[in-house]
Amino acid sequence: MADRTVIPFGPQHPVLPEPVHLDLVIEDEKVIEAIPQVGFIHRGLEKLVEKRDYKSFVYITERICGICAFGHSLGYSETIEALMAVEVPPRALFLRVIWHELSRIHSHLLWMGCLADGFGYENLFMQCWRLRERVLDIFERTTGGRVIFSAVNVGGVNHDISNEDLRGIVTILEDMKDEYQVLLKTFLLDKSVLSRLKGVGVLTKEKAVEYGVVGPFVRASGIPDDIRNFGYGGYGYLEDFEPVVSDDCDGHARCMVRAREVLQSIDIIKEMVSKIPDGEIMTKVKGSPADGSKAVSRLEQPRGESFYYAKGNGTKFLERFRIRTPTSINIPGMVFALQGCDLADVPLNILTIDPCISCTER
Amino acid sequence: MSAVSKSPWVLHYDASSCNGCDIEVLAALTPLYDVERFGIINTGNPKHADVFLITGSVNELQVPIIRQLYEQMLEPKVVVACGICACTGGVFKECYNTLGGVDVAIPVDVYAPGCAVRPETIIDAVVAGLGVLEEKSALLKKGELVSPEMPPLPSAADKMVQGERVSDTWKNNIAAAGEAPLASVAATSSTEEQ
Repeated sequence: MADRTVIPFGPQHPVLPEPVHLDLVIEDEKVIEAIPQVGFIHRGLEKLVEKRDYKSFVYITERICGICAFGHSLGYSETIEALMAVEVPPRALFLRVIWHELSRIHSHLLWMGCLADGFGYENLFMQCWRLRERVLDIFERTTGGRVIFSAVNVGGVNHDISNEDLRGIVTILEDMKDEYQVLLKTFLLDKSVLSRLKGVGVLTKEKAVEYGVVGPFVRASGIPDDIRNFGYGGYGYLEDFEPVVSDDCDGHARCMVRAREVLQSIDIIKEMVSKIPDGEIMTKVKGSPADGSKAVSRLEQPRGESFYYAKGNGTKFLERFRIRTPTSINIPGMVFALQGCDLADVPLNILTIDPCISCTER
Repeated sequence: MSAVSKSPWVLHYDASSCNGCDIEVLAALTPLYDVERFGIINTGNPKHADVFLITGSVNELQVPIIRQLYEQMLEPKVVVACGICACTGGVFKECYNTLGGVDVAIPVDVYAPGCAVRPETIIDAVVAGLGVLEEKSALLKKGELVSPEMPPLPSAADKMVQGERVSDTWKNNIAAAGEAPLASVAATSSTEEQ
């Protein structure tokens, strides 16, 4: 039997955009065990709810994570609206879905680029990020910000998009789709991509259920688990929604699920734009959450299911706000998938779950 | 112009940012902004890097890591704090686990504000950093370069005594304990919780 060695991985590592530390127990070239350590980005953001009133806290929730920024502010606003029984105007719900799906496209393209960089395909990385800039341009045109854009507020949205601009967005996305097909073909069929991703980090259907993983990670293991199915917010207006699922359970399946979700998001935006009603975009919210009132809401982030909980205490400051983010649920599944893989596949294994450490630690 | 400022290599590290600034740092390297046309290349190795792009505020766990990365970089080197969190602590300034901007851990040469910092600002900051790099390399050639002094090690305990970034419970405990040393305050508070 070969000697066991422990290799520290992170917190600073070229493939990791964010700090996370893993102690990899290695025998020959195989990983026997991976011991994660988190806490490098912990800021204590949930506690800040005691110092910011519930309306200004929307801007703090956006800064939980710069990639899922829109989703977090949406989830927080939905929770507070449930807490105070606020009716959101339909146009605002539609606009929220459009921005949320645009963020999903931007997040998935970002991830696909990082993955390509992870296995050394620099050209593909650059192409993904070039395409992503188009989505960021839409954000900048409609809200003024590139990554963090303060579009949602409790009761509705802060900015309206004119119907003309909405049709313009659809045209941009249609143009993007043609270029995206080329990337998609590379990700799904290219030999070098397949040889790095096929059979890497297998998490079977049974294990996926056992570890309770969420998002594209679980959908790549053949389980059609997607919160958008429940029709929260504006998703209830969708004609039909079918989650993207793959049965291959490996790294390539996760890549395929995310790649197809980009096309699905474009279709959702098209449907939403064709149906969007005219009218108000904001309901005036007065007063503060009642003492002892509690509310929860769930949301499908680009990385999976997010869970939000808020408790009021009769003042304009909340008693407690809590988020359960997708990556914190996915880490145990990732650690399991790491066992038995080659040392060279460790970065890809970590990347394919699309870790968002700053969401996890807050 | 010395060789180093014609092609500065950058090292990027996320101190405890929200990712917003990190993706903008990466966006500056990719086709739309494409800083590689100025010879700026991203590297994962601190020993190869000339410019240290650091994003996010700093917590106690990060201080030794940031210092280690900084010390592994060879002189002349420039530190650029990207984003308002790295400059001052930003929106997280009042969080209990945030010590403040990057300058509590290492000396910073250029500050690039913004939430999230825009790629244009990052490019401007790196160009401003090149001026500093130039000065430092001139000093290094003359043998006169003195490494800047490290800021004193921040301690969470000090901050608690000053009453900064501490919850009201802690403030009350500290007030109740009066002049008592901090350890005894901690002991009383933990017994109260039990």
